[in-house]
Amino acid sequence: MSAVIEHDHHEDHHHGPDKGLMRWVLTTNHKDIGTLYLWFSFIMFLTGGVFALVIRAELFQPGLQIVEPEFFIQMTTMHGLIMVFGAVMPAFVGLANWLVPMMVGAPDMALPRMNNFSFWILPFAFSMLLATFFMEGGAPNFGWTFYAPLSTEYAPPTVTFFIFGVHLMGASSIMGSINIIVTILNMRAPGLKLMQMPLFVWTWLITAYLLLAVMPVLAGVVTMMLMDIHFATAFFDAGGGGDPVLFQHVFWFFGHPEVYIMILPAFGIVSAIIPTFARKRLFGYASMVYATSAIAFLSFIVWAHHMFTAGIPITGELYFMYATMLIAIPTGVKVFNWVATMWKGSMTFETPMLFSVAFVILFTIGGLSGLMLAIVPADFQYHDTYFVVAHFHYVLVPGAVFSIMAAVYYWLPKWTGNMYNEALGKTHFWLSFVGVNITFFPQHFTGLAGMPRRIPDYALQFADYNMISSCGAFLFGFSQILFLFIILQTIQDDKKATNQVWESAHGLEWTLPSPAPYHSFSTPPKNLQEAHG
Amino acid sequence: MSEQSYEAYYVPHNSKLPIFASLGIFLTVFGIGNILNDMSAGTEHSAGMWVLLVGGLVLGFTLFYWFGTVIEENHQKLYSDQMNRSYVWAMGWFIFSEVMFFMAFFGALFYVRFWVVGWLGGEGDRGPSELLWPGFTPEWPMMSNPETDKFVGPAEVIPSLQLPLLNTALLITSSFTVTIAHHAIKEGNRKKLINWLAATIALGLIFLVVQGYEYYHAYADLGLTLASGIYGTTFFMLTGFHGAHVTLGTFMLIVMLGRALKGHFEADDCFGFEAASWYWHFVDVVWVGLFIFVYLLGGGPTGF
Repeated sequence: MSAVIEHDHHEDHHHGPDKGLMRWVLTTNHKDIGTLYLWFSFIMFLTGGVFALVIRAELFQPGLQIVEPEFFIQMTTMHGLIMVFGAVMPAFVGLANWLVPMMVGAPDMALPRMNNFSFWILPFAFSMLLATFFMEGGAPNFGWTFYAPLSTEYAPPTVTFFIFGVHLMGASSIMGSINIIVTILNMRAPGLKLMQMPLFVWTWLITAYLLLAVMPVLAGVVTMMLMDIHFATAFFDAGGGGDPVLFQHVFWFFGHPEVYIMILPAFGIVSAIIPTFARKRLFGYASMVYATSAIAFLSFIVWAHHMFTAGIPITGELYFMYATMLIAIPTGVKVFNWVATMWKGSMTFETPMLFSVAFVILFTIGGLSGLMLAIVPADFQYHDTYFVVAHFHYVLVPGAVFSIMAAVYYWLPKWTGNMYNEALGKTHFWLSFVGVNITFFPQHFTGLAGMPRRIPDYALQFADYNMISSCGAFLFGFSQILFLFIILQTIQDDKKATNQVWESAHGLEWTLPSPAPYHSFSTPPKNLQEAHG
Repeated sequence: MSEQSYEAYYVPHNSKLPIFASLGIFLTVFGIGNILNDMSAGTEHSAGMWVLLVGGLVLGFTLFYWFGTVIEENHQKLYSDQMNRSYVWAMGWFIFSEVMFFMAFFGALFYVRFWVVGWLGGEGDRGPSELLWPGFTPEWPMMSNPETDKFVGPAEVIPSLQLPLLNTALLITSSFTVTIAHHAIKEGNRKKLINWLAATIALGLIFLVVQGYEYYHAYADLGLTLASGIYGTTFFMLTGFHGAHVTLGTFMLIVMLGRALKGHFEADDCFGFEAASWYWHFVDVVWVGLFIFVYLLGGGPTGF
């Protein structure tokens, strides 16, 4: 395997990519691996999206129409698992792979072979997870939060493969995070100080720290499940002196930082895009860094707000309520800063900016419904209803997913060398924006009226809102085919982008040619004035 | 900064190692999954064992070549100081993630001891437990579980100041011996390095034998098993995962001894050894935590 094709004979240590499939299998290049992550994430996004549409098709009308209840709950479970671990997280890791080395002026990720390992574990892990559909007992059917004893005593035998799948994803995340953290701490161009780094790099530094802290806890909790299932231990069995609520504590100690893992890199993306299209520097750079750190710290001490109805002591409920509300402060700082950046800016609304502005507004709606859920007595009413579904879909879809789409439009010209079709991009945005709101806004109402989640049937009074919601879901889902088309068209096209691409974009990546050369910054950049915008 | 003063960062062009490692790790867990499912379902015949065997071999050989490649590249002076700092940071963060893994199990222990035991005995507003299991006495170690037929409690638990105290002494001593071996590298004294590293390995192996005997004693004589309720659960899972880490740490040290015998390690170039020794110190610190919280304050007899 020494078929090295040298494109650049001037500097013989610069190799171009190999030809053919093996380029992708054997690559150690951060840009190739970033591309792999992003395509993998997109495939998983469509897979999880199909599951979501099965759910919405069943809920289009009351009564059982299309799928059996057993299959419905497998759909909700796998939709959640695939979207969280297969779509959102790998997309952010892919963006980090592409962007962090260019943004800090590094030649590549710190440990390039391990980087390839982190990626290639994922297709194996998700193949195993998806294969459970065809195994005896069917796919996991206990929700993406896999509460014991549903996931232990009453689980199908495929739970074993689910557990090992989670172990593999965890190993991938841990190695990926080590790589990102080491790249940021050790590979910055000489003279680039931490407080000069772009916010995307900062948010990923903190995200990687969170991942390293909580993915092992997730591995711990699934290992406890494995032992309870196969070795008769009593972690989650009160009959043996354990406690099913212990599962929820350990799971949410992972789970709450996990939800910030899925949003902090989004903050970084939006903090890069808004200044570019407002043609102003980011308002309050330092406060953004401190707010991100504060959110990360708070994420470790609020986990039991997911468990108010599980039977925890009242003092615990009060503490977790107040601690949770504190998160609104640093998050408010961020939203304030984004708005202040736009204030009196010379704004234009290209597709990345549209997605970013929508992010700020819709993520804030999701944050405010989160505040409502933090109130203990109110949560007794909201718990496990569609209000919760609406809340976390508002922060994840027009939050995390919109930020990923914004990032793709923003950096696609840098990656491919070509401009995407602006008219189609805007069409994609408006279809997605309308679709998302039609899907999830009515779920606030059905939830407040008491419609429970994860149930394939519902009472007649919820029929209208569910029908609207399903229509929105199909609109949003099918709009993503347009997204795929736009990306493929941009790769094929020949509408050359300039190096800076956007008139007011700042950052080291924009000093590179478009498309970015296979190896960039093999020697560190000297002009660091451009480092952050 | 001129280009001459910048030492190039080594980026291998491409590598077959990771894809084989991914395949190996996948086959390993897929094989184990099949074996466990057959075991719990009571079925005998399955391909799980073969899948595990193939996966384990692929993973094992890949890791062997991977580490060998890294050592070889280092000997060829391909690594800059910056590259070596990457390895240092990476090992540090890896150990941090391992600490968090143990935190999950320590957290489970504390939660059960401080809250669950009382609740099961009817304390607080969780009264219904008393209706479910009226005869249950809340105590730690939990010698009799709420559901006595499903979970048969242990007859006795391991006393803290006998074998566990010996094991504590062994591991703390080994932390010192591995540090002396490290100093020997810095002094360039290979004989001293080999002797003290071998002593560390011996202490690790004795620890494992003692713990193996302790497990045998628990299963054969005391009725303390994984299935004997929450005490056995937390006891075996915490000490067991620690034991697995000692095994891995000892294996790492054995590899380092082999390398020392081959003439590897210089005063300014011994990261492999240092990584193994950090891992060893980490394993020691976890043991001290175990000794305090599982044994010493574990509520069992001291046996002294």
